[in-house]
Amino acid sequence: MKIIVCIKQVPATNEVRLDPVTNTIIREGIESITNPFDTYAIEEAIRLKKKLGWQTAAVSMGIPAVKEILRDSMALGIDEAYLLSDRGFAGADTLATAYALAGGIQKIGGGQLIICGKMATDGDTAQVGPMLAEMLSIPHVTDVAEIIRIDEKEMVCRKLTDDGYQEIKLHLPALITVNKEINVPGLPSMQGILDTYDAPVTTYTVSDLDVAPELLGLAGSPTQVVRTFIPNLAIDNEWLTGTVNQQTDALLSRLSEHNIIEKEG
Amino acid sequence: MASIKVLTDVCTGCETCVSACPFGAIALNDDGVAEIGDTCTLCGSCVEACPFEAIELTKDEEKTVDLSMWHGIWVFCEIANGTLRGVGPELLGQARKLADELHTDVTALILGDEGIKDFAPELIARGADKVLAAVNPGLQQLNDIAYTGVICELVQKYHPEIILLGATGFGRSMAPRVAARLRTGLTADCTILAADTENHLLQQTRPAFGGNLMATIICPKHRPQMATVRPKVFAPLAADESRKGEIIVENVQLPKDILVETLKSSTVAGEDVNIADADIIVAVGKGIGSAKNIALAEQLADLLGGAVAVTRPLVDLGWYGYAHQVGQTGKTVAPRLYIACGISGAIQHLAGIAAETVVAVNNDPDAPIFAHAHYAINSDCVDFLQTMVETIKEKGYKAV
Ligand SMILES: Cc1cc2nc3c(=O)[nH]c(=O)nc-3n(C[C@H](O)[C@H](O)[C@H](O)COP(=O)(O)OP(=O)(O)OC[C@H]3O[C@@H](n4cnc5c(N)ncnc54)[C@H](O)[C@@H]3O)c2cc1C
Ligand SMILES: Nc1ncnc2c1ncn2[C@@H]1O[C@H](COP(=O)(O)O)[C@@H](O)[C@H]1O
Repeated sequence: MKIIVCIKQVPATNEVRLDPVTNTIIREGIESITNPFDTYAIEEAIRLKKKLGWQTAAVSMGIPAVKEILRDSMALGIDEAYLLSDRGFAGADTLATAYALAGGIQKIGGGQLIICGKMATDGDTAQVGPMLAEMLSIPHVTDVAEIIRIDEKEMVCRKLTDDGYQEIKLHLPALITVNKEINVPGLPSMQGILDTYDAPVTTYTVSDLDVAPELLGLAGSPTQVVRTFIPNLAIDNEWLTGTVNQQTDALLSRLSEHNIIEKEG
Repeated sequence: MASIKVLTDVCTGCETCVSACPFGAIALNDDGVAEIGDTCTLCGSCVEACPFEAIELTKDEEKTVDLSMWHGIWVFCEIANGTLRGVGPELLGQARKLADELHTDVTALILGDEGIKDFAPELIARGADKVLAAVNPGLQQLNDIAYTGVICELVQKYHPEIILLGATGFGRSMAPRVAARLRTGLTADCTILAADTENHLLQQTRPAFGGNLMATIICPKHRPQMATVRPKVFAPLAADESRKGEIIVENVQLPKDILVETLKSSTVAGEDVNIADADIIVAVGKGIGSAKNIALAEQLADLLGGAVAVTRPLVDLGWYGYAHQVGQTGKTVAPRLYIACGISGAIQHLAGIAAETVVAVNNDPDAPIFAHAHYAINSDCVDFLQTMVETIKEKGYKAV
């Protein structure tokens, strides 16, 4: 039985700094990290490994430098790491990303449980997980806050919904995406870091996988970005001064003027 | 396969492409010409930027899909526990405008048991030309696999050119499955939808990098073009009872293997208000000082019929539930009024706010939140909350 976590490397910050002359984005000097939500996915896989004795693997699609975050996951306790890296994967939208990940997961023999982060902080789409489940023809649950029970055949988990929580039972193999309620990620041990310093990361290129190259990368992406622009976030603001009582009165009258609140009766 | 290359004999080493690259993938090599590194995503920004046409991007010839058989805009209107979620009618309003520009029609798609037909008049009054009701008792529960199966079959039968869905918890879970099965594009959380009438395309604009950058996305060669939109981004049209529409009922089969089952649903105490639906939000951050002070925010929210939201540190401290966290790793909210108390205004928090009016209360006049607030109050937030509660009680204000 195997648990596979999908992890993505993202920039450590979302702050977009602009070059005042060219009006383009400055990306230098920004560090890369494991997508924050994926750290919960890694932790959950490790906890399940301890409890159930299943094997664990991490898979990522990205540039060769992504090996670093894959090794970080091994330092935490993930057994094997796989990197899908090739120019042919580049420029992928969520559909082409899910397709590549599905190809990679099939290549390593599939998993009984696939765990993704709830979303990646750079794209904020939360689409790759459910798309990947569909491509693997397995059920999925998003926004999982707790795995209540799991065995080789089925699991019950608690999911955050718009209105509260739901308990959902699903047949394995299955895919879940996890939010930060599920656990508190641990830190790697010194020994873990030393042991995985040089740990092998198996790298696959397009030709290693049983996939249709025209469905990968830019060519396999139905969506295209045609324009990017910096939103105009500037707003007129008014300072309400005086004592707290005066500030409160001023605010209440502004809000009445804007028809947001009104006096009763 | 697509590829990109620098024509080394044409490149002058001007570095325009280096700064144009959103991914920092280009640098000058030892020969003083541009070299494209591994972080390149083939986005083409450099090709456009290069003054010397020294960069060549070769895209693959794609199979041409027959686009002529796809017509009409569908809006998936989610019905949860017998209630129509607000985002459906909001999207019908926007779809109506797009359909008028694209000279096509709007269909409201609903799934559920027999009873859902009762929603048809309202959906027509809100802008739908047709209501397509897929009926099966098994669709009463929102279920990704059942809904995906049914929707994909209806798409194959009717060929809509555009499908819009609300980015509710369920919409965000189900829409990607539908898009993957149909092998088409899906754009998440759009905030602007426009019609490109010349090319008959939907232009989908969404925030990226936590709201710091906007990206306009199209899906030129695949159908349907799919997009999700968060609640409250668009306003519904006023209900027009005189509008006429057609109701199509499809008695559908469920897929054989459902594989997922909801055992129970609960609304957590105090969490029955979905902050994404609230019109007024009282939000508190670390500046509130202690967990017990949050009660003041709750009182104010109660008086105004609103909801309480918090920043991430409060969730991490265990002071409040995650369901109330606003921001990049929490929820996006779009209330009429957002009162930020003791919140610094970190970019990750701001990413979740799309409010009409923002009020900021902070004891630090240089707090970044003030740059994003319509009304700035430089005060202690506990004092402010207490005074607000007292004044509102005394003078009898309520939400409009
Ligand atoms: C990947 C990532 C994702 C994140 N996602 C989110 C997210 O989804 N949501 C989120 O909120 N954060 C998120 N964060 C955290 C975010 O960066 C900030 O740390 C957080 O928003 C700060 O919360 P705060 O404003 O409550 O606290 P602080 O930044 O500590 O600000 C407290 C403010 O209160 C003011 N203050 C203090 N005392 C008083 C008083 N008595 N009266 C009035 N004002 C007072 C201070 O002047 C200060 O401005 C994320 C961070 C990362 C790295
Ligand atoms: N390139 C990638 N490699 C591995 N996993 C990914 C990749 N992109 C997305 N994922 C997974 O999908 C989740 C959701 O990403 P997204 O749909 O981009 O918000 C992430 O938390 C990861 O678990």
